Amino acid sequence: MLDGILLGLTTALSVQNLFLVTMGCIIGTLIGMLPGLGPMSIIAIMIPIAIGIGDPASALILLAGVYYGAIFGGSTSSILINAPGVASTVATSFDGYPMARKGQAGKALTIAAISSFIGGSVGAVLLMIFAPALSSVALLFHSAEYFALMVLGLAAIAAFAGQGNVAKAVLMTILGLIMATVGEGALFNAARFTMGFPSLQSGFGFITLAMAMFALPEALFLVMHPARSGKGGKAGEIGKLRITRQDARDMAPVVGRQSIQGFFIGVLPGAGATIASFLGYAVERNLASPKEREQFGKGSVKGLAAPEAANNAACSGSFVPLLTLGIPGSGTTAILLGALISLNVTPGPRLMTDSPDIFWAVIISMYIGNVVLLVLNLPLIPYIAKLLAVPRPFLIPFILFFTLMGSYIGQNNPTELMILVLLGIGATALRMANYPLAPLLIGFILGRMMEDNFSRAMQLYRGPSFLWERPMTAALLLLALILLVLPSWRARRERMRNLDSSMGD
Amino acid sequence: MALDRWLALAILGLCLVYGYAAWFTMDANLPRFMQRNPVWPSTFPKALSVMGAICAFYILVFQKPMDAPGDDDVDYRKFLSYNWGQALALIVLMLVYAVCLRPLGFIGSTVGFLIAGAWVLGERRVHISALVSVVAAGGIWWLVSDVLGIFLRPLPFFLM
Repeated sequence: MLDGILLGLTTALSVQNLFLVTMGCIIGTLIGMLPGLGPMSIIAIMIPIAIGIGDPASALILLAGVYYGAIFGGSTSSILINAPGVASTVATSFDGYPMARKGQAGKALTIAAISSFIGGSVGAVLLMIFAPALSSVALLFHSAEYFALMVLGLAAIAAFAGQGNVAKAVLMTILGLIMATVGEGALFNAARFTMGFPSLQSGFGFITLAMAMFALPEALFLVMHPARSGKGGKAGEIGKLRITRQDARDMAPVVGRQSIQGFFIGVLPGAGATIASFLGYAVERNLASPKEREQFGKGSVKGLAAPEAANNAACSGSFVPLLTLGIPGSGTTAILLGALISLNVTPGPRLMTDSPDIFWAVIISMYIGNVVLLVLNLPLIPYIAKLLAVPRPFLIPFILFFTLMGSYIGQNNPTELMILVLLGIGATALRMANYPLAPLLIGFILGRMMEDNFSRAMQLYRGPSFLWERPMTAALLLLALILLVLPSWRARRERMRNLDSSMGD
Repeated sequence: MALDRWLALAILGLCLVYGYAAWFTMDANLPRFMQRNPVWPSTFPKALSVMGAICAFYILVFQKPMDAPGDDDVDYRKFLSYNWGQALALIVLMLVYAVCLRPLGFIGSTVGFLIAGAWVLGERRVHISALVSVVAAGGIWWLVSDVLGIFLRPLPFFLM
């Protein structure tokens, strides 16, 4: 392995490749900040340039830089304007945006940068150690287990919606799943529930829905209730960039745990950064002390650090099946696979023996990409956060405009904008009635994958018998059930205890 | 009845319509060979419609009243005391933008949208908002079309 690392270092540390990784990070961050352009589209856009370089190692190094930059850029827009342009940064906005509203935008960005740096670096180290071994574990997961894993993920999300809100969160999750069934599925090539609208043939767009659920209601709320944007113009302040010693102490165990958990979730093909970030958030919320749990969703340091560390670690993890099996685990790695093949490199079990220089250069460049990202972004944070100091009459139309652009660029279809506005009005009403909207979006994101895996398992087992015949599936589903029942049981126990103590007095 | 129950009622209705489609109308055109499949296109929607209806019904009947929100949160009961006129104007503006985007071109409609949006929110110095809008619209158009290579029609339909 040491030979490999040295080989990778010599390739990655050449002047040209260092330049490429830096450029990649800058481009990725800048474009990733525009909601609607996620890592997947940016990498797709950069492929012609990468192929133009000719050398596969350099091309991959450039793309890895773009990948990490885009993920960081995506977190920036979730934190500052509550507009997560990528599914994997939705969880970042849960606590990042409240922090920005409290006038701690600078601190939030710093925490995000540091957590992603550590998550990414730990992920790269784990990738180096485990890549060969993990490829066989990933194959043990069949469609039945994927289905159960997604049910577990959704249950975890609904369970952390807070006391008295679990029913609402479950309803929102189901609504998201229902919305995911609109349009053509992968297994049945017939359009469903389109109500005769050709624009719905391919279903609702993810970005359209994300903008409608988060950015649009938030902007409308800011218009309706100006006092909301912080008293005394606090939200316009960037605040101190420094994180205190206490914050660091809070963050450290969270980041450590989530870097590792995120990596292993990322290894599973199809799970990826999105599930890793949501599960990371849910797990940390359940591990936190009751007092800290109150803070989740209101600007908790832990709640921001967890998804950021997890999603970056998962990005490294998703390279495991790609590099060792040639199976892309996510949309982004699928595009990278396309780029690799057009560079005449076929990822698979033989990659490590046939062209070790590429394998190791990619791993080392991931590490360098993370360092460059941190060095570049920490000094830039004050300028990025200045975005919030833009006067209100301009800031709000601009947020609305970026929301509209985000869903327009992807589809090039004005009807999409109509759908966006209508969904946004619905989302505003739901938010006023205290319905949590994140479960809806997560249900929508996972819905199609979930149905595909469910159908595949049904076909393999000729019926629903896989639910009890496969022990791992059954265990995961049981865990999901426990997660859903636990909060109401806990609430009831607390009520009983309060009753007891009041009777005792 | 509180707003959350009204919405639960609406979602219940949606689930019933969706469920009707899934249980009764969808399978009519299913080809013979697919009927031998253990899973149909309607299998998953059928399950979802039942779960959704149960859940919405539960909220409709058993949901405890909501806590009054804090000062920073938006309370629908005070809806009329908010700037709902501005919000409505912006929604209409977005719909107009969607209609105009193709025929008027990207730059024209964006500049119009940004100036009108700033006007609605109280920026009366049109020369300033016009300058900001033109720079922003031009900059974004250049970024998207030249750097990223995504085509957006910049000018009205009769010019390009």
